[in-house]
Amino acid sequence: KEEKQRLRKEKKQQKKNKEKNDEKTSHEGEKKKNKKKKEEQPAVPAPAPPPPAAAAVPVPASEAPAPADKPAKSKADLKAERRARQEAERASKGKKGDVGQPAPTGKLKAPPSELQPVVKRLPEHVQVDNPEVVKKLAKKLERQQIPLRSDYGYKVSLFSHLHQYSRKAPLTQQLGIPSTVIHPAIVRLGLQYSQGIVAGSNARSVALLHAFQQVIRDYTTPPNEELSRDLVNKLKPYISFLNQCRPLSASMGNAIKYIKKEISNIPSQCKEEEAKIKLLNCIERYINEKIVLAAKAIAKYSIEKISDGDVILFPPNCSFNAFEKKRKFRVIVVDSRPRLEGREALRRLVQKGISCTYVLISAVSYILPEVSKVFLGAHALLANGYVMSRVGTSQIALVAKAFNVPVLVCCETYKFCERVQTDSFVSNELDDPDDLIVTRKGKTQLEHWQKVPSLGLLNLVYDVTPPDFVDLVITDLGMIPCTSVPVVLRVKNVDQ
Amino acid sequence: MELQAVLMAAGGGSRMPDLTYNTPKPMLPVGNKPLMWHPLNLLERVGFEEVIVITTKEVQKMMSTDPKMKDVKMKLDVVCIQEDGDMGTADALRHIQQKIKTDVLVVSCDLITDVALHEVVDLFRAHNATLAMLMSKAHDFTETVPGQKGKKKTGEQRDFVGVDQSGKRLLFMANEADLEDGLSIRKSIMRKHPRMHIKTGLVDAHLYCLKKAVVDFLADNKSISSIRGELLPYLVRKQFSKTTNCPKSKDDADDQTQKTADGSTNSTELLICSRDEPLLQLAQERSCWNDHRGDMSEAYHGGKLRCYVHIMDQGLCYRVNTLAAYIEANRLASKLLEEPAVHPSAVISERCQMGPDSIIGAQCQVADKTSIKRSTIGNSTTVKEKVKVTNSIIMHGVTIEEGCNIHGCVICSNAVIGRGADLKYCLVGNGQQIEAEGKHRLVSRF
Repeated sequence: KEEKQRLRKEKKQQKKNKEKNDEKTSHEGEKKKNKKKKEEQPAVPAPAPPPPAAAAVPVPASEAPAPADKPAKSKADLKAERRARQEAERASKGKKGDVGQPAPTGKLKAPPSELQPVVKRLPEHVQVDNPEVVKKLAKKLERQQIPLRSDYGYKVSLFSHLHQYSRKAPLTQQLGIPSTVIHPAIVRLGLQYSQGIVAGSNARSVALLHAFQQVIRDYTTPPNEELSRDLVNKLKPYISFLNQCRPLSASMGNAIKYIKKEISNIPSQCKEEEAKIKLLNCIERYINEKIVLAAKAIAKYSIEKISDGDVILFPPNCSFNAFEKKRKFRVIVVDSRPRLEGREALRRLVQKGISCTYVLISAVSYILPEVSKVFLGAHALLANGYVMSRVGTSQIALVAKAFNVPVLVCCETYKFCERVQTDSFVSNELDDPDDLIVTRKGKTQLEHWQKVPSLGLLNLVYDVTPPDFVDLVITDLGMIPCTSVPVVLRVKNVDQ
Repeated sequence: MELQAVLMAAGGGSRMPDLTYNTPKPMLPVGNKPLMWHPLNLLERVGFEEVIVITTKEVQKMMSTDPKMKDVKMKLDVVCIQEDGDMGTADALRHIQQKIKTDVLVVSCDLITDVALHEVVDLFRAHNATLAMLMSKAHDFTETVPGQKGKKKTGEQRDFVGVDQSGKRLLFMANEADLEDGLSIRKSIMRKHPRMHIKTGLVDAHLYCLKKAVVDFLADNKSISSIRGELLPYLVRKQFSKTTNCPKSKDDADDQTQKTADGSTNSTELLICSRDEPLLQLAQERSCWNDHRGDMSEAYHGGKLRCYVHIMDQGLCYRVNTLAAYIEANRLASKLLEEPAVHPSAVISERCQMGPDSIIGAQCQVADKTSIKRSTIGNSTTVKEKVKVTNSIIMHGVTIEEGCNIHGCVICSNAVIGRGADLKYCLVGNGQQIEAEGKHRLVSRF
């Protein structure tokens, strides 16, 4: 019944489109309708509505101009295609086996049976310079009673489509102090994210799941509501809030997807206490399997690759905590401003008794002749094999390739992401530009950078490394080449 | 719920006996509003909906009749305690321990400030602190205090506050009275925080965020009676002691409970473990953040008890516990309040000169040819002709006859100033009458 209603609504929309045909000038409106339909269709087969983070596939820069080339196709043709697609979807809906498939594979490559270009939806966080999108976001946040964080400072024009926040203007300024709308554990988490106290992909996911555990513990089902649906709705504003504090990472997105799926899968006759215990156990299991044990497995595989007398290059975002000292090797830690996370990595390595050298990234080409292997950590692994990691990683990989030094990436499978990206511009994170300001000998040269009209400070957080520079990816499933990421994703989806 | 607000309004105002002779300190008018209205307003503005007010029966009675208190839209849960003054602030917290269900924000009734409260609470949240407090740079009160002849006594002993390099973590707190031989700092603190800034010119705003575990700890440890005097130094010292961790094995916990049964007081440990300790620990381990650098220890040096302070360097922050502070607060009250300076029901003749800093209360009657500058005039006060009032505080129900000249005075409720009186820097108590043509300088009259 619901599906029939939805399809009826779609037909009504199409009729409205026909009437508004002459008024439409931009393709934006069309794209938006397309993406609405695309959103509704995958929602039909999937058991739980995928959160926007997962459903959105950011359009690679090359595809963005593609819709602009479409005016040749008349709008009537597009509508006919859409109707044909809907019929195809309705027909395939009967088969349960394909349930998980159409969503990811449809997004990975254009389905071979249909030859039209698949218009993908741009997530809002890469459309900050589009005022309509910003207005939509503001409305959505208002509905959820979450304040909107305002951008700060001048943004370099290449990155003006991304958010840039200041750490000195936390979101809590606009929230009431005993936060009633948002659970206190989530407020605390948001603060810790925005101030950088919890940083690093694994730490953020663990902290997020811990906060969700507290939310679930304090949750009571309101009367006439079902836990499986209401709890998911409760979590949505929290996720928006966390997104405002700091853009969600791929690992967090996967964790959220998992939790939402688990919640929706709770049978309606399950009592509240039991359901809560079940969810808490699920979260524990997820953390244990995907993070803790995965780290141990990765360490085990990595040790096999390290031989005695090796010299290893380490940028600091690699979580390597389970290193057992069975081999004798020496480590070079590469660090970069403004975060200088290498110092913390250095401390942990030295505490374990490993002899270390510390360099800044500008000395990487100097030090590489000494290095036998390079270990990189990843923030996320994209579906086309690209590695998304801290800014500077691709530089290290490039130089290593030039020196013929093998590059190994350590990444847990829960960080594998269905996104596709070929450059670091389209989707990235802009950190607080004031972090770049440094005071030496009492003088702060960049103190008044905002007054200089032609000066912009750019503090990028991530960059993507192409798979040609990566020789091996070490995951908890084993050692795979970079291009096998879509296979792993497909296998994961079938399992789920 | 995240935080419960507790307003401590049972203090006696021992440092201004002249003013609190008749009116209890929480109800002294500042800017024509009772003193306790100001912190309540701060809490209301920030978003609190309920406040637990600890006060005396007398104050409670006055609160229910005062119209300004009805403006407060929050739900006030008034808890009365005895007026004999033996109960310290920590004792009061212990008294309401049953009502405390979450972390608590304790505010003193004499705090007037425009601080952005989220700064203090953010420290409390982000670092999972046990204590977060507010301090401010002290301002010197330059105005002459009425009724005090001669220079101000060097009564107030200084507070020594030690903070770390970032200026947020509280490392050391002691009062000059406790440091007889000199300031000694433990080696363990110096090893962990080699750079410490010790400040003396700070005013403690008596605004504290405390974890619930602290309130439970107070319930067991009956020897602590004052938050500021005993609890805070204890917490700050405990940060660096070796035993503030969760009991490692069940045996330790049993030992501790045994000891308390025997009655030895200091064995009750402050247990600040949260329920999902291992997960938080895991998140901390994986996070590449450390609050300090230069030594081999993890973030926070592995300590679970952390005390933080937010030091305001701009903005208003006054604790109205001395006469000088009271006068200063009245002066600045007009800046703090958003209401119009002149109450709409006051009758002011057109030939009256009123400065912009003055506040006139409800139902006042101000006659011709008067000049009111930088003063606060309370409700139902009558000011007759040719009166000059400057730099003064006039409370409710006062009658000032013609031709008076009042400069730098504090005139309490229901006093009558006779015709032609000339008062400079005087303090007139409740219901007093100053005879006509009287000339007084620096006098306290009761």
